[in-house]
Amino acid sequence: MEDKEFQKKIKKAERTAYIALFFSFVASVLLLIVVYNPTLSIFEHKSTAPLYTDIVEDEDKIENGIHIRTGLIEADGLMTVVNNCTNCHSAKLVTQNRMSAESWNNTIKWMQETQNLWDLGANQEIIVNYLVTNYPPIAKGRRMTLTNIDWYELKN
Amino acid sequence: MKRRSFIKKAVLSSFATIIGTELVFGAKLPVGYIPLGAQEPDPFKMFSKHKDMVILNNKPWNIEAQAHLLDDKITPNASMFIRNNGKTPEEINVKTWTLTIDGESVQSKKTYTLADLKSKFKKHTYQLTIECGGNGRSEFTPAAKGNQWTIGAVHCASWTGVRLRDVLEDAGIKSDAVYIGYHGTDTHLSGDPTKEPISRGCPMSKALQDETLLAFEMNGKDIPIIHGYPLRLVAGGWPASVSGKWVNRISVRDQVHDGTKMTGTAYRVPCNAVAPGEKVKDEDMCIIESMPVKSLITYPKTGATLKEGKTLNIRGHAWAGELEVAKMEYSINFGSTWTSCSIQKPTNRLAWQHFSAAINFPKKGYYEVWARATDTNNFSQPMVLPGWNPKGYLNNACHRIAVKVV
Repeated sequence: MEDKEFQKKIKKAERTAYIALFFSFVASVLLLIVVYNPTLSIFEHKSTAPLYTDIVEDEDKIENGIHIRTGLIEADGLMTVVNNCTNCHSAKLVTQNRMSAESWNNTIKWMQETQNLWDLGANQEIIVNYLVTNYPPIAKGRRMTLTNIDWYELKN
Repeated sequence: MKRRSFIKKAVLSSFATIIGTELVFGAKLPVGYIPLGAQEPDPFKMFSKHKDMVILNNKPWNIEAQAHLLDDKITPNASMFIRNNGKTPEEINVKTWTLTIDGESVQSKKTYTLADLKSKFKKHTYQLTIECGGNGRSEFTPAAKGNQWTIGAVHCASWTGVRLRDVLEDAGIKSDAVYIGYHGTDTHLSGDPTKEPISRGCPMSKALQDETLLAFEMNGKDIPIIHGYPLRLVAGGWPASVSGKWVNRISVRDQVHDGTKMTGTAYRVPCNAVAPGEKVKDEDMCIIESMPVKSLITYPKTGATLKEGKTLNIRGHAWAGELEVAKMEYSINFGSTWTSCSIQKPTNRLAWQHFSAAINFPKKGYYEVWARATDTNNFSQPMVLPGWNPKGYLNNACHRIAVKVV
């Protein structure tokens, strides 16, 4: 009597195990589909983003005095610049420009008026100080000397 | 760094396998969509550009050529500069793409599909010189803000499309029309959907020229996405910003178009010459129209050394906005004396012209070969920088290459 009861229970457990196995199989198939086709309509709300976030490690690594992610020089105010300036545009737009404090302030004003830049508050001074210290204007005259010439033998 | 780039590459390539080739991946994926630092797709591959092209900016994309990359008579895609103001359009469907002609001065608002444009109007092909208004900006002192272009923001490709004039006339233009303004599907860097990254235009006289096209082919193929696929306005000889990309609307205006980058100091220079660094009021700035006379030595690449007694054959291109180049000269003594180059007629109006010369050097030493073009109005390129202006436009100073005779 008890034996039968026990066997019944075993069978029940077996069934449950099979069902669990089946569902986990279905789940893994679904998972595979999602992995291979992340653009499934049910995941259309930009579900691909987490795929990237996992690999973003040491985001703010510095090597040889350069903030690797942006190419900006490591100095006082670096992260304030990174956080406020590189959301909309590339840091390359910063590093290739060399302006006076007045011009940087004007540029910030222009970005606020036309490009949806927020009020920088006390950070503005930190940012402008960083820029004029690390990317000061260079006097170039009316024509610079040709530099960085890569000499080669002309064959013809 | 090494490990990071390895991870980047691995993720990139696995992604590429999932959705197709790397090119498709690169072209379709909006750049701003990739979290900064997580991965950096190879722009040279993504846009099929030559490895010597120089990236000034990656958000938005701004990439320029170097003189020696522009040696071809008709510039191939690989050497064409990219100047984008916003994010590349995310979704482009040629089947549903339309061009709408609207504005105060159009008889009736009209919409055309790409198929309409291609079947209804005659096709035309022109080689057109298109130069960024800020080409050469990097040389100005005091510096002008913006992308620091050197000399490579110019190209002359072959464009095929329908005349803007034919389409505007089909829609009907009112007599009070003075300007057109274009609108495209690129999106603002801030992500604000109410803002346009750029919406410029030109006076009706330019819009109605034979060579002003609504182009759908570049060098005989579909225009690459980064250059404005599937439809682009091309207006040779004027600042490249007039040649709007991804165009889906043209407004015929009864006033000077007031779109983004048409107002304030954008693509404008002081109406009267100013001292370097001088402040100029917005109302004293005038819109740039035809670009000034200019030339480039495209062969040899700067830095050539040659044996004493050898002749140096140089070649390059010259252009003059709406005008032609009448005379081309070179100097090997910093402008003390000038010698004529031979110069060809343009293939069609607004195409650049090809020049060449054979140069003999008197003795060993360091030389600079300077090139100077003169237009049909007798204006030549200056040897020093031309008039300073707040935004650093229109630097047409002579190009030069370094040569050593040993």
